Amino acid sequence: MTANSLIQLSLYLAVLLALAKPLGVFIARVLEGPASGGGPRIGLLERGIYQLAGITPDREMSWREYAGAVMALNLLGILAVYAILRLQGTLPLNPQGLAGAPPDLAFNTAISFASNTNWQSYGGETTLSYLSQMLALTVQNFLSAATGIGVLAALVRGIVRKTSTTLGNFWVDAVRITLYVLLPLSILLAVLLVSQGVIQNFRAYETVQLVEPLTDADGQPVTTQTLAMGPVASQLAIKQLGTNGGGFFNVNSAHPFENPTPLSNFLELLAILLIPAALCHTFGVMVKDARQGWALLAAMVVIFVPLAIATIVAEQQGVPQVAAMGVDAAPSAAQAGGNMEGKEVRFGIVNSALWATATTAASNGSVNSMHDSFTPLGGLIPMWLMQLGEVIFGGVGSGLYGMLMFAIVAVFIAGLMVGRTPEYLGKKIEAFEMKMASIVILIPPLLVLIGTALAVAGPGLTYVAGEETKGNLNNPGAHGFSEVLYAFSSAGNNNGSAFAGLTANEPFYNIALGLAMFAARYWLIIPVLAIAGSLARKKYSPPSAGTLPTHQPLFVVMLVSTVLLVGALTFVPALALGPIAEHLQMIAPK
Amino acid sequence: MTTLPKARPLFDPPIVLRAIRESFLKLDPRRQLRNPVMFTVFVGSVLTTVLGFLAIGQDQGESPAFVFAVSIWLWFTVLFANFAEAMAEGRGKAQADSLRSTRRDVQAKKLAEPRYGAPHQIVSAATLRKNDVLLVEAGEVIPSDGEVVEGVASVDESAITGESAPVIRESGGDRSSVTGGTRVLSDWLVIRVTANPGETFLDRMIGLVEGAKRQKTPNEIALNILLAAMTIIFLIVCSTLLPYSQYSVTAAGQGSVITITVLAALLVCLIPTTIGGLLSAIGIAGMDRMIQANVIAMSGRAVEAAGDVDVLLLDKTGTITMGNRQAVELVPAPGVEMSALADAAQLASLADETPEGRSVVVLAKEKYGLRGRNVQDLHPTFIPFTAQTRVSGVNLDGRKIRKGATESVARFVGENGGMMPPEVCSSVEQIAKQGGTPLVVADGPRALGVIYLKDIVKGGIKERFAELRRMGITTVMITGDNPLTATAIAAEAGVDDFLAEATPEAKLKMIREYQAGGRLVAMTGDGTNDSPALAQADVAVAMNSGTQAAKEAGNMVDLDSNPTKLIEIVEIGKQLLMTRGALTTFSLANDVAKYFAIIPAAFATTYPVLDRLNVMGLATPSSAILSAVIFNALIIVFLVPLALRGVPYRAVGAARLLRDNLVIYGLGGLIVPFIGIKAIDVLLVACGLA
Repeated sequence: MTANSLIQLSLYLAVLLALAKPLGVFIARVLEGPASGGGPRIGLLERGIYQLAGITPDREMSWREYAGAVMALNLLGILAVYAILRLQGTLPLNPQGLAGAPPDLAFNTAISFASNTNWQSYGGETTLSYLSQMLALTVQNFLSAATGIGVLAALVRGIVRKTSTTLGNFWVDAVRITLYVLLPLSILLAVLLVSQGVIQNFRAYETVQLVEPLTDADGQPVTTQTLAMGPVASQLAIKQLGTNGGGFFNVNSAHPFENPTPLSNFLELLAILLIPAALCHTFGVMVKDARQGWALLAAMVVIFVPLAIATIVAEQQGVPQVAAMGVDAAPSAAQAGGNMEGKEVRFGIVNSALWATATTAASNGSVNSMHDSFTPLGGLIPMWLMQLGEVIFGGVGSGLYGMLMFAIVAVFIAGLMVGRTPEYLGKKIEAFEMKMASIVILIPPLLVLIGTALAVAGPGLTYVAGEETKGNLNNPGAHGFSEVLYAFSSAGNNNGSAFAGLTANEPFYNIALGLAMFAARYWLIIPVLAIAGSLARKKYSPPSAGTLPTHQPLFVVMLVSTVLLVGALTFVPALALGPIAEHLQMIAPK
Repeated sequence: MTTLPKARPLFDPPIVLRAIRESFLKLDPRRQLRNPVMFTVFVGSVLTTVLGFLAIGQDQGESPAFVFAVSIWLWFTVLFANFAEAMAEGRGKAQADSLRSTRRDVQAKKLAEPRYGAPHQIVSAATLRKNDVLLVEAGEVIPSDGEVVEGVASVDESAITGESAPVIRESGGDRSSVTGGTRVLSDWLVIRVTANPGETFLDRMIGLVEGAKRQKTPNEIALNILLAAMTIIFLIVCSTLLPYSQYSVTAAGQGSVITITVLAALLVCLIPTTIGGLLSAIGIAGMDRMIQANVIAMSGRAVEAAGDVDVLLLDKTGTITMGNRQAVELVPAPGVEMSALADAAQLASLADETPEGRSVVVLAKEKYGLRGRNVQDLHPTFIPFTAQTRVSGVNLDGRKIRKGATESVARFVGENGGMMPPEVCSSVEQIAKQGGTPLVVADGPRALGVIYLKDIVKGGIKERFAELRRMGITTVMITGDNPLTATAIAAEAGVDDFLAEATPEAKLKMIREYQAGGRLVAMTGDGTNDSPALAQADVAVAMNSGTQAAKEAGNMVDLDSNPTKLIEIVEIGKQLLMTRGALTTFSLANDVAKYFAIIPAAFATTYPVLDRLNVMGLATPSSAILSAVIFNALIIVFLVPLALRGVPYRAVGAARLLRDNLVIYGLGGLIVPFIGIKAIDVLLVACGLA
């Protein structure tokens, strides 16, 4: 670790943790509603929306109704995105005259954005019109984030409420989160990003003269370049804040119009983890014990920081084979050093590696460098962070409710070890909760492992393009395996980050990954809400000296161990055949 | 835990022999199916056996010896788990056999009418039904459970309780229930049968200890779900390794695809077989430990709930204090000599056969130097205690000596033309404030002074309550005393709360209030009037000496009728849960070492570089895999004693308990297999088997 890396990492964590607390408290007030006193009052806009949509804000929902509302909104969203993408050729705001998307791509993209995954099988600037970007994708960026926070709110209410059958009103939660949290933050961030040079326009793509003309593969001179335009800032802000990650441009936040300066990079990086970290405090406020929120945040930070450092170190060390060729890869004032393949010079090693860990710790998935070009270990860590179930910060809402499922399992085992029927925050954890928590923890690994198995068994290795058969994998051997494993780890945990190097815009991957994203999102939301319903119905058992305290360092250790052990035991064999084998091959003496 | 009188050696040879036989009988797939983890091992064993036979005579692929070696150890894994369960059951069965020996077919004298002296006919006990009326005379065995409707007799209940001292059973009151299989020693009893054949207490007990009707408890079900989920994950991990390996072999252009044998071995090593194999043994052993403590739990659910108890309701008398109050001091009225008061107090108590009365005589003799004397020479007339006068005493030489509660004696003094001196009244108040019971002694119109009767708190009880507090359990004393007395005793005994002037309704209300606050309540009781509260409590221990109604309302019966047993019961419940938690942690932590053994071995031919992960330096791929499988099987046997005895519980607070157990079973579970697998590998190499 260079001094520069330490300073950047510390500054990032300090600003993140400082902002998370007040934001978390504010979100709690928003979710608890005006009745709690501190939150924003019902405004004209909010009331107008309720009247327009026929929502009775005081009507409480049972867990089944809540789940029904969530599914209704999301399924409607999927249909809307699918329709817009298919029809974009005939719709306005399409200066480039881009044609409608093929059905498999539209299917994949619709699920991808509704499920907060934002896996991109397409290149934004060459596939989607401005209308599609704004009306289809950006709208889902807001709604999927609101859905995640809403489900979390329902779960927390389930924990807090005693012998109750209801969990709040999803429509109210979604409206309030969007109006009072997501929109203001997005507007603020968008304005800041525009100040750094992020574009926001509806112009047709511009052609500019190259400063340094090139010759192409056929020896012809190339003197001009087409610059893609569009309303970038407005989509970029929520893409970062809502752990969405779907870039306006194909190369995402590596693009100079999407992330022009180190400051814009810092702001976007901050936005990735801001709401997920804040929600831990929201949890603390809502359960009326701030220490419980701190404990969960501590567990996340304890896993995140060492993994971020490991990625930075792996990338900074570079590749021995490159060093063997006599290339100077040492960091200095003039260069970042290390493994710079696939990284932007304006971000260097630290900001690329830190982004890679943050974007995979949270289920964001935006990139500012190409993970496929990372060293084997530098690539392993982002992949493993996704495989941990997207609970180290994770998606907005979904990360914390996933972490709470791990907390339930950890409490169960720890509770047994202290000789009591396990309880979490006064609610007894019994067979039903274990069943549902097991499903939540079980499904993502199943999707990842089975999806990868299916792909490498044949269907994911080659595809037919026109007359010829092409390979999906850019690289042979262990690295090729990593590319497939990474894609399914991303989709099966609703991250959306791509390793790149895998040709995924063809029917097999579009459909397989689409199904994985759908299952990973909705098959988890329903059991989580079922647990919320079950916990809400229970009585509250006040803590005693015999109760396991869940706010102390010991429990944090227990929780961290559970997350890491489940993640390691599930994925070590697969990782051994991918990045681990590749790493050992790389460092093996020739 | 205290050492229990009836504890058997853990590996009693006859039990072990029977358990070994049972281990093979339990290979029945229908029985295996009950446990998802062990059923997976069972399928793996069958699969590898078939693969072994298929490998015979093949030139390529694995050697049949290796496949059979894996297969044999997978079978052993199943057998060892069966053995653990059979051991736990065997201990229960041995207990049941000794119980069953008391249930000989006895003859019953069935009465035509429910009264002594009615004509009877001799019938077999097996034909008795509820509400039949029987006569049992001295020397006869009571044929069935029942309620005494007439008569008083001493009964030897040692067959059930192991307690050799006979007990009194009589009609009415709280000692009216009798248990089938016990013997009337003296006199006779007329009994109304309360249980049909096969439903008697003895039958239920035999059924319970044999585990015949054992059902999975709620917590066991929840744990089973977690274990099943882990099994599914590992099943997917292992089965997807086949296509991964195929891809890798093609991509790397070398090596051979992982074999089904290795995958089966890996799967069995990864799934939580340690806890899966010992889970039912732990549950049965928990019930067994209750029986060793002379407590019959009506269900495993009750044992489990005992670990969760937050509030203990304890009767003051007999639990917190010695059964009876004792006279500790005499306070004379002004102008009365101490010797005169002592003399009068003794005289008034001479005919009083209650323990309190006797303690007055003893006090007068020991502390105030009065010798016993031949009172008969004075021609006394003893006045017994009656509900009307509420005083007792003696008339002799024209003196009218009385003792009793303050108001009653004040009335007596008033009737004789005297008045209570205010000093006496203040002494009375003083004593009551200290938690004592004041008895006033009067001679005709003169109040002589006050006897201080004190509740004697049992030795060591205060420490016990402090321990319970550290366990997170609130203790509540239940007493019929007035609040003043109750406060004093509560403070002396160190209980957290008390219920004074307790009535059955007040008890029930208190339990409901605690439960509404989300707490789990345990209580003991023996009387019929305890039944509603017993039925309401989450853990209700009925005394075996108590009434049938109380026993039916409770979910446990304490054969020793020792109310402090509750504390032991709670510990056994906690032990049960802790043992499950500790072995689950151990089982999961073990997997790390197994990966380091098997992954390099399984992919050695495809990616030779993965040998860098062979941190244990295991000799060959096949010895690595075999060592992991053998370790996985043997660890079950090594942990059988822990499963049967349980993880020791200490009252140190939850956080410390968790830390200690995490270090022992978590960290230990991480490290032990590295050592064990390496040792087995060294042994295999030494024997030339690698």
